[in-house]
Amino acid sequence: MENDKKYLWDNPRNIRILLGVFFVLCVGLFMADFVVYRKVHLKFEEWPGFYAVFGFVACVILVLVSKYVLRPLVKRPEDYYDH
Amino acid sequence: MITSIHPAFIFIAAALVVPFFKGKLKSLFVLLVPLFGLTNLLGSSMGYHYVIPFLDFQLILFRLDSLSFVFGLIFHVISFIALLYILNFKNDVEYTSGFLYAGSALGVIFAGDLLTFFIFWECLTVGSMFLILARKTKASLEAGYRYMMVHVGGGLILLAGIVMYIAETHSMGFNEIGLGSVATYLIFIGIGINCAWPIFHTWLTDAYPEATIGGVIFLSAFTTKTAVYALARAYPGADILIWIGTAMAAFPIFYAVVENDLRRVLAYSLINQVGFMVVGIGLGTELAINGSIAHAFNDVLFKALLFMSVGAVMYRTGKVNATDLGGLYKSMPFTCLFCVIGAASISAFPLFSGFVSKSMVQTAAADQHYYIVWFVLLFASAGVFHHAGIKIPFFTFFSHDAGHRVKEAPWNMLAAMGIAAFLCIFIGVFPQYLYAILPFQVDYQPYTLEHVLAQSQLLFFSAFAFCLLLLSGIYPSEIRAINIDTDWFYRKGSRLLYRGLDFGLNGLNAVTRLVVVDKGLGFLTRVTRHAPAMFLSVFMTPLWALAGYSAEERVKRRQYIYQRASRVTFPVGVAAIIAVIFIGALFFL
Repeated sequence: MENDKKYLWDNPRNIRILLGVFFVLCVGLFMADFVVYRKVHLKFEEWPGFYAVFGFVACVILVLVSKYVLRPLVKRPEDYYDH
Repeated sequence: MITSIHPAFIFIAAALVVPFFKGKLKSLFVLLVPLFGLTNLLGSSMGYHYVIPFLDFQLILFRLDSLSFVFGLIFHVISFIALLYILNFKNDVEYTSGFLYAGSALGVIFAGDLLTFFIFWECLTVGSMFLILARKTKASLEAGYRYMMVHVGGGLILLAGIVMYIAETHSMGFNEIGLGSVATYLIFIGIGINCAWPIFHTWLTDAYPEATIGGVIFLSAFTTKTAVYALARAYPGADILIWIGTAMAAFPIFYAVVENDLRRVLAYSLINQVGFMVVGIGLGTELAINGSIAHAFNDVLFKALLFMSVGAVMYRTGKVNATDLGGLYKSMPFTCLFCVIGAASISAFPLFSGFVSKSMVQTAAADQHYYIVWFVLLFASAGVFHHAGIKIPFFTFFSHDAGHRVKEAPWNMLAAMGIAAFLCIFIGVFPQYLYAILPFQVDYQPYTLEHVLAQSQLLFFSAFAFCLLLLSGIYPSEIRAINIDTDWFYRKGSRLLYRGLDFGLNGLNAVTRLVVVDKGLGFLTRVTRHAPAMFLSVFMTPLWALAGYSAEERVKRRQYIYQRASRVTFPVGVAAIIAVIFIGALFFL
């Protein structure tokens, strides 16, 4: 049976490794800000971790606003326009 | 000098003859057309070709300059990719309308005068509409109809603007117009409708997801990009475009997060990407315009790649909603790989095409001190990664296994995706080749350490947020539902209008029928028939009373009057003759 075949991400261990590598990369990128000098347009670009924090916060806001503000406003049943 | 063939004519001629080919010869012919067109374009010299005198004006059918060349090039490339992708459908409607659509798009961008521009602009609508209708579902027929209505309306606004503009300036040239008179604003709005500006944008998110699997590849490339071209040609540096573009970049990402239909997610992200281009045109500096054009070029490729990968999944599984998909990396590994490349490109990962073009617009915004715009664009960059970069591949190919065990996509689809994926990476790694064909000399270096680092941080921490939200269960689960947008106003509003008209006009009809036809006419007939008799009998009744007639006699005489009246045998004629004789006598005496 093909269905019984184990694929790469069927194994929880592989997912844990992937997430582990990913988190380490995140930490590394964050720390890099303390080493690399950045030529800036804007004052707050100088803050260490600006882009990291911005990316994180932007996504959280995006998801929360979409889920708790937009969806209740615009969600309709799939056949809404049919009758 | 050998005059080259007009690129649009090649495609339009192909649209007319393609149904006559059969079998393998047809596939070969279909693929050779864009290749022939490409060699023809590369062999054409810069300048004006096919200049035709028309009344007191000149029609310039083929203007080849640095701006139209970039769009011409990418339109040829994407035509080849899209045609290769749809080979296995063997659908003449798709071939014909695809060729017509691509030809019209080339006609628009090479038009040097407003009349030629307008004619090809309208052909765009015709060609593209059939790519929606060809799906032949009830939803696609309805969406295609709405699509046509919006574009025909937009076309009329554009035409009104063009006619007024020609009357004002006594020139038909399609050059920089700039905002000023009413005419220029009408042209601006006409183009803006095709550019999917906010509020006008719903034709796109409504119709594209209803198109055929192959049709949407053409659709994603041409209509909005010709509009971007037209804005870059006619309205560079129009300040209002900065804000329109910023709104376009921002609002669709919220919709994209909660949308279930994956092709509709891509349609929203298409608007989001066009937003970056519109901002660049509004900024109007050389760097910004270059950024817009480069991003249009890249967007055609990576957006087509994403639509193709989702389309391939749809072709094999018959499903396109996130709720019905998942785990497909197992059965469609190559499609998955190409989808991830498209996702990385649209998200502007370093070494992928979006990275070398999107940041040009953002840098230009910061250079011009548009900090709010810069901030929103940065937010939109994180957002696009979130919905197009992660959501599309994750819910299609990973996430929970939906149990689909299907075959990998057909070879021609894989080849089409492979070419697009290759170009996305090639441009990302060697941006100088793209920069070399942009309208202005480029002095921009995308691969600086700080830029690579900043973009990587932005994207990795967006992904980090996605991971945490998903693991914590806060991430909005995919729900079988639709989300209403401004098309509500004409989809539900038109129903309200219809009901209003139904009630108002049909009500008026009914009342009129009752009053005029049923009651009024009968009354009028009775009146004209009996009025003289009634009048006479009323007049005579007191005289009869005075004369001392009995009641019986009076009734008899009244009946007699009515009889005479209905036979019209009153002695009116006799009285008239006597009157004439009397007047004549008076005259002669």
